[in-house]
Amino acid sequence: MTTAPTLPETAPAALEVHGVHKWYGAHRVLDGIDLTVRPGEVTVILGPSGSGKSTLLRMINHLEKPEIGHVSVGGELIGVKRHGDRLKELSERAILAQRGRIGFVFQNFNLFPHLTVLDNVAAAPVATGRLTRAAAVALARELLDRVGLGDKTGAYPRQLSGGQQQRVAIARALALRPGIILFDEPTSALDPELVGEVLAVIKDLATSGTTLVIVTHEIGFAREVADRVVFIDGGRIVEQGPPGEVLDHPRHQRTRDFLGKVL
Amino acid sequence: MSEPPGAAVSLAEAPPTPTDIPSKPAAAQRVQPLRRPGRWIVTAVVLVLVAQILHGLVTNPFYQWDRFRYWFLRPTVLDGLLVTLEVAALSAVLGLLGGILLALGRLSGSPVLRAVSWTYTWLFRSVPLIVVLIFLYNFSALYKTLSLGVPFGPAFVTFDESKLATDMTIAVIGLTLNEAAYAAEVVRGGILSVDQGQHEAAAALGLPKGYQFRRIVFPQALRSITPNYVNQLIGLIKSTSLVFYVSLLDIFGTVQSMSSTYPGDVVPLLMVATVWYLILTSAVSVVQFYVERYHARGATRTLPPTPLQKARAGLASLRDRLRREAAV
Repeated sequence: MTTAPTLPETAPAALEVHGVHKWYGAHRVLDGIDLTVRPGEVTVILGPSGSGKSTLLRMINHLEKPEIGHVSVGGELIGVKRHGDRLKELSERAILAQRGRIGFVFQNFNLFPHLTVLDNVAAAPVATGRLTRAAAVALARELLDRVGLGDKTGAYPRQLSGGQQQRVAIARALALRPGIILFDEPTSALDPELVGEVLAVIKDLATSGTTLVIVTHEIGFAREVADRVVFIDGGRIVEQGPPGEVLDHPRHQRTRDFLGKVL
Repeated sequence: MSEPPGAAVSLAEAPPTPTDIPSKPAAAQRVQPLRRPGRWIVTAVVLVLVAQILHGLVTNPFYQWDRFRYWFLRPTVLDGLLVTLEVAALSAVLGLLGGILLALGRLSGSPVLRAVSWTYTWLFRSVPLIVVLIFLYNFSALYKTLSLGVPFGPAFVTFDESKLATDMTIAVIGLTLNEAAYAAEVVRGGILSVDQGQHEAAAALGLPKGYQFRRIVFPQALRSITPNYVNQLIGLIKSTSLVFYVSLLDIFGTVQSMSSTYPGDVVPLLMVATVWYLILTSAVSVVQFYVERYHARGATRTLPPTPLQKARAGLASLRDRLRREAAV
């Protein structure tokens, strides 16, 4: 992690995944994952399909629950609280409050089709009691301008292209001013010519110092924006490091095989 | 265009020059629509049949249209209509609310709530409405008083059932109990039709649970709930005629009791009730169109046109066609 910015030792990790295991029935999806992400760091997770990378991402905001192990964001345990030496599940209300501090962008955008673009972005800050309606609308307009969709505020999501929808989804995640944003294959559902506009928005976030964790198959993009690349296979981290190392001089055969297929 | 017939015309190679288009659309190049003689024959037969039925309706003395006119807006009939409307509206609203609660019970994480909701739906879908109504009618005989208090313990408030259970209350309770069971399935189907990604997105944004249901999931579910529930509602309007058996005079009850007093007017009285039921269900269908149009926001790129817009568009296209044909 030589390229990661040096930070004072006292700053808590933006994200800490500690010994996480997860099974679906007899199938072991995650098999002891440990990962630390520092504030402002951009982490790209690569791996073959079924390797557990999406499950790992969904576990960070507790859409999936770890069977063993725990996740903390900004020093705060997610979905559980420490009770003596045991971990107890938090109430649903408390988990929802924590999720508001973690942005999540889905592969299929999942915009609310019955709300306008503006309301898609402005709804959550109002519903969670962070902003007044007027302040949320002003913020939504500002964020939509930032992703280049300032002229689409009155449109409904299905009237937009896939790339535009994903940019709205990013603005929607930003509206809660999250400390960390998770991207689950943000460009996989897009036509090739629309990928660039979404990657440009993510790159803009990366350079502005937001902590990002991105699951993607865009190797070129990973090389460009990642501070660190994590390669996962079979529910384990096979190797991690700066993109120059992992992508150009992988140490493990499995990494080499994977990169050979996707490059 | 000056090309001889039979010459290969390639659109890509020879686009028509701009001067060709407005002045002279080549009649020879226009595609002739397929002629459908069979369709014309069927249309003619159906029109003759419809004309016969209408003619019979108007001229057959059996219908006694003068007596129909006499009864149609009589105050007794309108009183009955009001009762029908009241019973239908109250049980439609209460039934839908009950249905939403039952559907949430069926979809909840608690096995007890799931079982209770399932049993309720099973019971009230199995028992005929008329049985429920007559059972309720006799209920006050079984239980003289109703009390609010600690279960099996002291009572705080006690009602005299004979005062509480008017005919109207019995009718509304009976229809609501029945309606809720059907509405529950309609609402549950609607909620299940909402994409799982919507639940996940709402959860990922940390939206409060109640907000997720009221503002994200339910509005989208309404799109499939509306047509099914309107179907249910039309059934309900017709079912209100059963309240006659718990001695409530709705429009059907009024017509029935009038025809025992005026036996010669049985048919016109039945026609009066028929036409009023037709008017009620048509009104519901009109409301349905606009409700569905409202919920189509965002689901389709363009909203379906209203009848007025359709008529305008039809006129405009007819005008265009005539103008084009005049130009040829």
